[in-house]
Amino acid sequence: MTDTTVNPQSLPAGLVLAPQLPEILRPVKIRRGFIGLLRGHPTVAIGGALLLTLVLIAVFAPYLGTVDPTALAPAKRTRAPSIDFWFGTDVLGRDIYSRVMFGARVSLTVGLSVAIFASSIGLAIGIVSGFIRWADGILMRFMDGLMSIPPILLAIALMALTRGSVGNVILAITIAEIPRVSRLVRSVVLSLREQPYVDAAVACGTRTPMIILRHILPNTLAPMLVQATYICASAMITEAILSFIGAGTPPTIPSWGNIMAEGRALWQVKPYIVFFPAAFLSVTVLAVNLLGDGLRDALDPRMAKSL
Amino acid sequence: MALLEVENLQTHFRTPSGINRAVDGVSFHVNEGETLAIVGESGCGKSVTSMSLMRLVPEPPGKIAGAIRFAGRDLLQLSDREMRAIRGNEISMIFQEPMTSLNPVLTVGRQIRETLMIHQGLDKQAAEAHAIEMLTLVGIPEPKRRVREYPHQLSGGMRQRVMIAVALACNPKLLIADEPTTALDVTIQAQILKLMLGLKRRVGAAIILITHDLGVVAEIAERVMVMYAGRKVEEAPVAELFRSPRHPYTQGLLGAVPKLGSSLAGTATRLAEIPGQVPDLRKPIIGCVFAGRCALATDLCRQYAPGLEEKGPRHIAACHYAAKGAVAA
Amino acid sequence: MSPPLLQVNDLKKHFPINKGLFGQQTEWVYAVDGVSFEIARGETLSLVGESGCGKSTVGRAILRLFEITAGQVILDGQRIDDAHPSTMRQMRRRMQVVFQDPFSSLNPRMRVRDILAEPIRNFGLAKSAEDLEVRVTTLMDTVRLPREALNRRPHEFSGGQRQRIGIARALAAEPELIVCDEAVSALDVSVKAQIVNLLQDLQQKFGLALLFISHDLAIVEHMTHRVAVMYLGKIVEVAPRREIFAAPRHPYTKALLSAVPLPEPGAQRNPIILGGDVPSPIHPPNGCRFHTRCPFVFDRCRIDEPELRSTGNGQWVACHLETLPQV
Repeated sequence: MTDTTVNPQSLPAGLVLAPQLPEILRPVKIRRGFIGLLRGHPTVAIGGALLLTLVLIAVFAPYLGTVDPTALAPAKRTRAPSIDFWFGTDVLGRDIYSRVMFGARVSLTVGLSVAIFASSIGLAIGIVSGFIRWADGILMRFMDGLMSIPPILLAIALMALTRGSVGNVILAITIAEIPRVSRLVRSVVLSLREQPYVDAAVACGTRTPMIILRHILPNTLAPMLVQATYICASAMITEAILSFIGAGTPPTIPSWGNIMAEGRALWQVKPYIVFFPAAFLSVTVLAVNLLGDGLRDALDPRMAKSL
Repeated sequence: MALLEVENLQTHFRTPSGINRAVDGVSFHVNEGETLAIVGESGCGKSVTSMSLMRLVPEPPGKIAGAIRFAGRDLLQLSDREMRAIRGNEISMIFQEPMTSLNPVLTVGRQIRETLMIHQGLDKQAAEAHAIEMLTLVGIPEPKRRVREYPHQLSGGMRQRVMIAVALACNPKLLIADEPTTALDVTIQAQILKLMLGLKRRVGAAIILITHDLGVVAEIAERVMVMYAGRKVEEAPVAELFRSPRHPYTQGLLGAVPKLGSSLAGTATRLAEIPGQVPDLRKPIIGCVFAGRCALATDLCRQYAPGLEEKGPRHIAACHYAAKGAVAA
Repeated sequence: MSPPLLQVNDLKKHFPINKGLFGQQTEWVYAVDGVSFEIARGETLSLVGESGCGKSTVGRAILRLFEITAGQVILDGQRIDDAHPSTMRQMRRRMQVVFQDPFSSLNPRMRVRDILAEPIRNFGLAKSAEDLEVRVTTLMDTVRLPREALNRRPHEFSGGQRQRIGIARALAAEPELIVCDEAVSALDVSVKAQIVNLLQDLQQKFGLALLFISHDLAIVEHMTHRVAVMYLGKIVEVAPRREIFAAPRHPYTKALLSAVPLPEPGAQRNPIILGGDVPSPIHPPNGCRFHTRCPFVFDRCRIDEPELRSTGNGQWVACHLETLPQV
């Protein structure tokens, strides 16, 4: 630039200058890092932070002042919350605090695994039916059939066929979740196929597999990620329900559903047995849903932020 | 007498990446029965100006400052309730996309009727009769049948006519038309422009026409105001502006539009380009807003923003170097 | 005389619409219904008409973005509408496309470098990684974008700059024909001029043929050599620029031209204002498709469909008025 400062004294006579205008809004401080995220997308930040805390609890459960969650102590049955037993003890005298902390492992494992498996399989099915016309008819009618059964019933039925184990719970819930995901992916794929950049890629001689890999797949990831969080939340609830009715995680493994099931009979006299696992389940589901809502707004600029 | 007087209008928006000074210090007036065109490219603030006049800018994240005096009252000082009584009644608006501004689940007749019943206190029968009258006025065939139809049953041109009927139902003093023909095909645009010209004579409302189409401006405006980057850069009567534009931006804009018939006159030459891009309004601009794209710009322009000054008869422009007085075209 | 670069013979594209619960009742949208034209090397043919006239469908049919219903598309003497996919891929290199919307025509997740490299890799045009880099940077120079922009993603650019990227992508394949589907319609006036000038320069430099699809007649006049006017899936008039703009013969062309508002206040003009709206392409009118809006309609127009007839000077008109004895 050849900018040289023009001396105010040397301004030509009769020069008309624009009036000085006031600033009518406070200046915006552009923040980066966590504070910036918190201001821009508070739900992502809060949901993410809560979820991270719960993951840390699950990972470091043995080091959080817990005792063996399966250790029986008949002498200390149904104690109310106190300094020794933060959340009290259950009918078999097991420490509820320790059981709840370890229970986070089951919930999160089930939630995350189902989210990952169901979205990957759903993604594959959705892409196939979005691109192959004859497969679309068959796959989608099959998915319609699966969808007509409530997912929880489907999961119960599947659990009835197998032995109760965390792996089987994950499998059952995954199967129950697949139809919804593949429907979503299919609709996203169909709308992406109409995008001019996909037409341009066809005109550029790009082969169909590359079009899927380069132009379709990366653009389905954002809606997939959002959907995955909702699947995660719903899987955690389904797991708790299955355990609660005794069709899920075996009673030897502490899970929030199991703890609640065991405390059910005593709900009126010893509500804390049910209360603590229920509270943790609610907070976890809330955290995941907040994260999902936040991601949806953050990843989809067209969607006006409503908060 | 000025019906509308806008003084130092500023409309700013708070965004995560800074304050967007969408409109920054715009002053103008509209006389009764007059048609003023506000011209400029996307992002120049012309639509935000019109939304500010109607106070339809969401606050926050937006904020409006300055004064908007309409028939003796400052609209910015009115309560929301008082403002609602003015919107659609004394000032009404036509938008670019009729499909999104008409309610899809109400019949056309009901939409006109409701404005009349709310603002003019007519009863249902009187409003219905007036609605049919309005549809006749805007040239809709078979108005008695059309009042019972829904917007999706009408074509684009018909919907735009309905929008105009809704806007004119309460006999407004000021009509703001924001890109009223942009979404329409040329032959339909010609119908709507003819309709607007005819209505202008019959209804007598003042019109603020917001558009980027200089052809439409030449067709119906009396006075033109050119906006760039949230500022007013030039204003003149329409013939004067097209004959001798003073601001380099206006000159560039006029040179960039090919004219129909130019290949026959042998005047088809390379189009004039305005190099570069519109400045980022989230960063404060020192000096003239157009300096970055202007061939005449000097250090003076880059440091001192020019004010609007008289360059010819009723002709003002904000440029340090634009010629004054009568210019031989 | 060498054969034309592109020849389109009686092209038809009908889209099905399924009605009823099980999709049994099928109606058809007669989007393009018998269109023929040619484009010579280095020539610009503009396809004009109002929305829904089928002009974009013609462009997409030529690019074979879908299978056509009937007719032939011949590129340099070779039929491409029924070409085998492997042959087709090689033919695709020779014709490229620039779309209207600069925002949705670029994949938001790709860097400019990868967007431009895609056609070069697909058609194996680069001999080495260095050659690819040279080609990509040359393309940026050609469309007058800074080279450092190669590492950025589309959302960091303005509309005009994105359209330049779209043009660079089309040029990357070294095509002979570019279909510009409303390529400047979404741009602002000053940016539009930049892109129009760029397209003209590129045409000169590379001897490109352009199929310029647009509804903006002033831009068309500025750019084109010949014009084809479409109405409801048919061409009603084809003529060199001079004939179309000085002496349009079809009543629709006349109405279209006279409807354009001129940027000259007080200009004397008597627009022919057409009544009514364009009929639906699902139930196009019998006889001449324009007869429902034509100011000069007579009995024959309602029954008999007019053929395109030469009136000399390369002008072809589909109107019964042309067959009447001249008064």
